Amino acid sequence: MEALDGLEQSLTELRQTFTSGRTRDVAWRKDQLRAILKLIDHNEAKINLALHQDLCKHPVEIYRDEIGVVKKSANYSLSCVEKWMAPKKGRIPWLFFPSRGEVLPEPYGLVLIFVAWNFPISLALDPLIGAISAGNTVVIKPSDLSPACSAFLASTIPLYLDPTAVRVIEGGAHVAEQLLQHRWDKIFFTGSHRVGKIVMSAAAKHLTPVTLELGGKCPVIVDTLSDPSEIMVAAKRVAGGKWGPCSGQACIAIDYVLVDRKFAPILIEFLKKIIHQFYGENLKNLKYLSRIVNKHHFARLCSILEDPRVAASIVYGGSLDENNLIIEPTILLDPPLDSEIMTEEIFGPLLPIITLDNIHESIEFINLRPKPLAIYAFTKDEKFKKLVLMETSSGSLTFNDVMVQFLCDELPFGGVGQSGIGRYHGKYSFDTFSHEKAVLYRSFFLELEPRYPPWNEFKLQFLRFAYIFDYFRLLLLLLGRKLQQMFASSH
Amino acid sequence: MSSKSVKLPIIAFPSTAELVPEPLGVVLVISSWNFPFGLSLEPLIGAIAAGNAVVVKPSELAPASAAVLAETIPSFLDNKAIKVIQGGPSVSQQLLQLKWDKIFFTGSAEVGRMVMAAAAKHLTPVIMELGGKCPAIVDSLSSSWDRQMAMKRIIGGKFGTCAGQACIGIDYILTEKKFAPILVEQIKVLMKNIFGENPVEAKSMARIVNKHHFLRLKQLLDDPLVKSSIVVGGSLDENHLFIEPTILVDPPLNALIMKEEIFGPLLPIITLENIEESIDFIKDRPKPLTIYAFTKNRRLRQRLIFETSSGSVTFNDTIVQYAADTIPFGGVGESGFGRYHGKFSFDAFTHEKAIANRNFLTDFWFRLPPWSDYKLQLFKSAYRFDYLSLLLITLGLKKSWSGSSNSTQSSPPPKTTNY
Repeated sequence: MEALDGLEQSLTELRQTFTSGRTRDVAWRKDQLRAILKLIDHNEAKINLALHQDLCKHPVEIYRDEIGVVKKSANYSLSCVEKWMAPKKGRIPWLFFPSRGEVLPEPYGLVLIFVAWNFPISLALDPLIGAISAGNTVVIKPSDLSPACSAFLASTIPLYLDPTAVRVIEGGAHVAEQLLQHRWDKIFFTGSHRVGKIVMSAAAKHLTPVTLELGGKCPVIVDTLSDPSEIMVAAKRVAGGKWGPCSGQACIAIDYVLVDRKFAPILIEFLKKIIHQFYGENLKNLKYLSRIVNKHHFARLCSILEDPRVAASIVYGGSLDENNLIIEPTILLDPPLDSEIMTEEIFGPLLPIITLDNIHESIEFINLRPKPLAIYAFTKDEKFKKLVLMETSSGSLTFNDVMVQFLCDELPFGGVGQSGIGRYHGKYSFDTFSHEKAVLYRSFFLELEPRYPPWNEFKLQFLRFAYIFDYFRLLLLLLGRKLQQMFASSH
Repeated sequence: MSSKSVKLPIIAFPSTAELVPEPLGVVLVISSWNFPFGLSLEPLIGAIAAGNAVVVKPSELAPASAAVLAETIPSFLDNKAIKVIQGGPSVSQQLLQLKWDKIFFTGSAEVGRMVMAAAAKHLTPVIMELGGKCPAIVDSLSSSWDRQMAMKRIIGGKFGTCAGQACIGIDYILTEKKFAPILVEQIKVLMKNIFGENPVEAKSMARIVNKHHFLRLKQLLDDPLVKSSIVVGGSLDENHLFIEPTILVDPPLNALIMKEEIFGPLLPIITLENIEESIDFIKDRPKPLTIYAFTKNRRLRQRLIFETSSGSVTFNDTIVQYAADTIPFGGVGESGFGRYHGKFSFDAFTHEKAIANRNFLTDFWFRLPPWSDYKLQLFKSAYRFDYLSLLLITLGLKKSWSGSSNSTQSSPPPKTTNY
């Protein structure tokens, strides 16, 4: 259903709710956060069903990636929101005595959250938690590519959250376009960078600030490891980081591997073993893997593999099940760097392994490409770690593991360059939906006369000393002037 | 520049995490004509402190200043890292077609929209330092000392700062009807003291930047209803591009002077029955860069802070918030987004990269398939940071996790609050 009857009316109501001041109250915010927790607690079965329908996700994967994440965020915000709302003192220099400064967070107003289809529950509720903690009214626009979850959110959110302040509007591109024509106080978007550009262009018309959580080709550098138990750990984490999150359809999933030529065969052998262990041995027996979201993306991934040079580089997997939209975990060894699989974000269960003569070349390899959302590096070489840290740029960098940075509320989650603008999670979510207003309290008592005309040399000198906070010279200047005035009056 | 260590929860032990600030790359600073040096160099300071390479594009409406910047910057700064590019709109357009790692823009909302639209094509983050109609609420002050101080600050701030051509300049005053005549009298006295009989000769006031803006301001006064509301000043000297400090009382609210940012030495005073009406007056209009309020009334101050939104609020003074490095300077809504000054400038041109350092030894082994109910229970405890439960389940001493529904159960939604 694409019609947007009553959108104007709806938005007016939401703005009225905001103007009434209800969403500013800490009690309201905490109530809404508790409501999100209740919503999840009472509807785990429905969530599992919806995610199974949309993506064939397994309940444990769902808990790990969607339900658990949201519960953790909501609990964290609930315990911290009051602290976050409090004004922060800003120290004002003595020159301005007596003054007091503070920075006070306030909500933007009416915010719009666009949700991607790959984590349709957590990518709706996690930003919602931030928007509510900050005191805003919210419209959530779930993706139409995850219709069961979209319907779930649209029918369930009004039962738990304040319907005069939080609304869900379903629909496809047409609905998104209509929404973007309106003025929002903030837009939070998770999705592809192609659509991100459209959102930011629309936001520009109203000078609306945006947070764009995009993606990119997230590389994993795997240094040569000698201890088999460590290789196993690395391989498990790489496999878990590629096929674990929604079959590779995740912004922080591993896109490709960079490895030393000599080490590649060893790594591949370990990966094959682990794929069997985690997911099964062939297409017919695959378990615990999400499916590809729809026919369009399935066809996209198929066409990537159709390139003969790419097909020739497959060393494991490659089978496709069009009826069930399943693609087997697939490993490729050195597909051509100019093929689509190496120029576009894969967003699927295909793992290219690119070999290098020396693992240090991985830094230049990464730097020749757009800045990714995450870089992963498995290495024990401290010097190499430093090089990767200082010489590459990415949203985040994780050593010897994958994806975990997503779970730390203390770490900001966001991209840089083509991987996005802005960040969230934990307090960063609160901040992303807040405007920090500076408040300065001055008194009528003392005055800095030199700030006003008529101008003269004394005032210029005063200002010179004032701006470098040279209180000593200022004092001398003032004393000198006083003495001058005394002499002048006595003559 | 130093990295910040981040405290992780116990469950993450012995992992460590930190935030490392890194420069964005090559940034573009577009500055405005009213403070051509300050608005070029202040953002430049932030960009450099953060480690970026910079292109500064000064406004062509301040050509002498732009020329000085273009000549002197290369002699003092690393000219392979910092460049000044002069020119008008066509130069700006060419610059905007390129991909920047950040664009810092100071100027009007109209041009701001074009800059942001161009930035969107490359997903370039932007900071918009725009303007707006910054109101000054003047409460009925009983002490004559306070009144004098307030008006000095207002007219010094209004006319003494680039003749009112400033983003944080006072655009208009809101005051009570009965207090307005006292205000006007006070202003007349102070005006002479501060700006002298002949401000052009005394050089106590800046001129209007160019003929275009002079005529724009003249046009604001051409409206007969506006003209008749002038109580002080009003004379214009086209040769010197000078407009006398002008005070108006209650020009019509639908006149251009009350709808658009004035950006000149015209100061409307809008009178209200009660000073508390100023709050609604401000709320009915776009969010300004700054709100000024001269009042000792605590309740009014609280209401103002909580019921209005603006880049900043300054009580009992004007303009000075610009000089405080410890509070952020930036707008909200139509007055812009992003902020700078002090560390905020450094942050404006920095990407804080999150670094997580894990090891091969410890693991959340239950995060990988094959899945089982056992692993599900462990997740549930882990996400609640319920370490005891985690331990018990791992040791096999706790079978089920109480307090949450099983996958087969669900309860009806409780409608506890009526909205």
